[in-house]
Amino acid sequence: MKIVLQHLTKKFPSRNRKVREEVVAVNDFDFEIPNGKLVGLLGPSGCGKSTTLNLICGLQKPTDGRIFFGEDDVTDLPPENRGVGLVFQNYALYPHLTVEKNIRFPLENLKGADKLSKEQMRDRVYEAARLVQIEELMDRKPSELSGGQQQRVAIARALVKMPRVLLLDEPLSNLDARLRLQTREEIRRIQKQTQITTVFVTHDQDEAMSISDLIVVMKDGIVQQIGKPQEVYDNPVNLFVAKFLGTPPINVFDGRVQDGRLYIGEDAILDTKGVPDQEVSVGIRPEGFLLQEDGPMHCRLSRLEVMGRDVSVVSASEYSQNPIIRAIINAENSIDLNAETIRFAVKPQKVFIFNKETEERILL
Amino acid sequence: MEKNNLKGWLYLLPAFLFLGAFMIYPLIDVFVYSFEEGYNSASQTFFGVGTYNYSYVLHDPYFLQAVKNTFILVMITVPVSTGLALLISVALSSIKPLRDLFQTVYFLPYVTNTLAVGLVFMILFKKTPYSDGLVNLLINWFGGNSVDFIEGPYWAKMFVLCFYTVWVVMPFKILILTSALASVNQVYYNAARVDGTSSFRIFRKITLPMISPMIFYLVITGFIGAFKAYSDAVALFGTDLNAAEMNTIVGYVYDMLYGDSGGYPSYASAAAIILFTIVLTITCINLLVSKKHVHY
Repeated sequence: MKIVLQHLTKKFPSRNRKVREEVVAVNDFDFEIPNGKLVGLLGPSGCGKSTTLNLICGLQKPTDGRIFFGEDDVTDLPPENRGVGLVFQNYALYPHLTVEKNIRFPLENLKGADKLSKEQMRDRVYEAARLVQIEELMDRKPSELSGGQQQRVAIARALVKMPRVLLLDEPLSNLDARLRLQTREEIRRIQKQTQITTVFVTHDQDEAMSISDLIVVMKDGIVQQIGKPQEVYDNPVNLFVAKFLGTPPINVFDGRVQDGRLYIGEDAILDTKGVPDQEVSVGIRPEGFLLQEDGPMHCRLSRLEVMGRDVSVVSASEYSQNPIIRAIINAENSIDLNAETIRFAVKPQKVFIFNKETEERILL
Repeated sequence: MEKNNLKGWLYLLPAFLFLGAFMIYPLIDVFVYSFEEGYNSASQTFFGVGTYNYSYVLHDPYFLQAVKNTFILVMITVPVSTGLALLISVALSSIKPLRDLFQTVYFLPYVTNTLAVGLVFMILFKKTPYSDGLVNLLINWFGGNSVDFIEGPYWAKMFVLCFYTVWVVMPFKILILTSALASVNQVYYNAARVDGTSSFRIFRKITLPMISPMIFYLVITGFIGAFKAYSDAVALFGTDLNAAEMNTIVGYVYDMLYGDSGGYPSYASAAAIILFTIVLTITCINLLVSKKHVHY
């Protein structure tokens, strides 16, 4: 089931009655989520990603725009008639019901032609439980489960009614680091197995990059960029997206384009033919540096952080917008720790330049 | 380790002393009194030890009347007041405008003096040579005959007493239940809505279990409170409750101690111990029943 969002907008009245300003949580979201894909909505907190999810599931009504599931216009349908499964951030398992009863709860709501017999319900419940591998926990109460197990129960409860669309709100934020890695693989596996169109919300770019077919980067209610994770990483449309994706984060410098060359300070690091002279922000991915004794770019060396396979060179420069510059280079390179300055060459495809005011990308 | 234990007991000592002097000793004393036959409070002497006091009290028609009244009062007012309070709280939490006003209005009886309220109820229900009272006026409008609620038939008096009790105990229950309802996390309702749960089912399967500890608390304290009813009856029917057939167990205990027939602490103690046993039994039954239906 593909999901089509047409000019979706959600405004909230301002809390402050004196200022009659509306808060625009989602601003003109226009996008088609292809059938059977796993899509990550990514952005800092307050960017409108959870609101978008609530709009898709129907808990909130859009101020403007339409939502289609396949060919059906579901904009005015209440959540129960949309056929969505929703996994809440804190799971919202009913604490007084056992795991089995929690998963069965949505099935017991079915009425009329959809009504299921006791045996059918049991089969469906156990099928969902098998899918998320919690069959042995069926008699426990939610309070007797670990966070990861609760998460699985919540997913089973969302899947048991065979929704057309599965929605996950910050599915991994309540789990510890190890469980997070494991669970995100699990979500990927379940999604692949069921082939349900899935949308999940996260503020963690690692999470979104690792399992999504497509990611949607949002900021202040406005979609910044949509694409495959690697494409968005390699080709950010603006400085915000470039900064938001990638760990360690991108290094940003004040620079300028002059006579077809890109300068950081007095170092001309790259040829930029065809770009008019102007002040720019320069983003260089940590892996975009090459250690080179006669390299065009110089920084003050601070320290090295050895991380096994890689070495992270921490340095500083008066032109850097961040206090430190982090470059990741191969551990086989030898570095003279006593040297005051370190010189780099840069990989052109890892260097992005952005307009100083609009922060939009300037294509080379 | 041993030393630490000693220190611990030392810290507990003041609390134990006060509890012992003001809670435990009187309890034991009442128990002892209830077995002392022919106790004379002036000379502080008694003839013997035995169960005569209990036998006397259990054969006293006034006591039996008081037990009957108390049981009727408990069995009617506890379920009715708790149920009504639940309905009103649910209604209150589902409206937005004027909620604060209504909450205040519903809480007013709680801060009003029992005797003052009793007076108002007298005016509402009492038949005097000049007027039949407001309630009778209403009954007459609908074509009924006037009933003397204060000095008339037993059922009418019992009705007024129950009505009054329900009215007095409701505010507290509404207060507790509205806050219990407000504390149920909205996310459960959202989850149920996404799953297409009907509002009646949401109430029965989610709201009720979630607030069940509070309901249980109200039922237990309601039972205990109703068993100890006394001042309500006095406010409506005056101090001679035996004559009005409206005495309660606590009223009987009080009469035995200080009333016209007063001066019988042994009988009073026996009646008090019987009340204690009844309340204890009912509370234990409540606890057993609740194990199945209350979700903490």
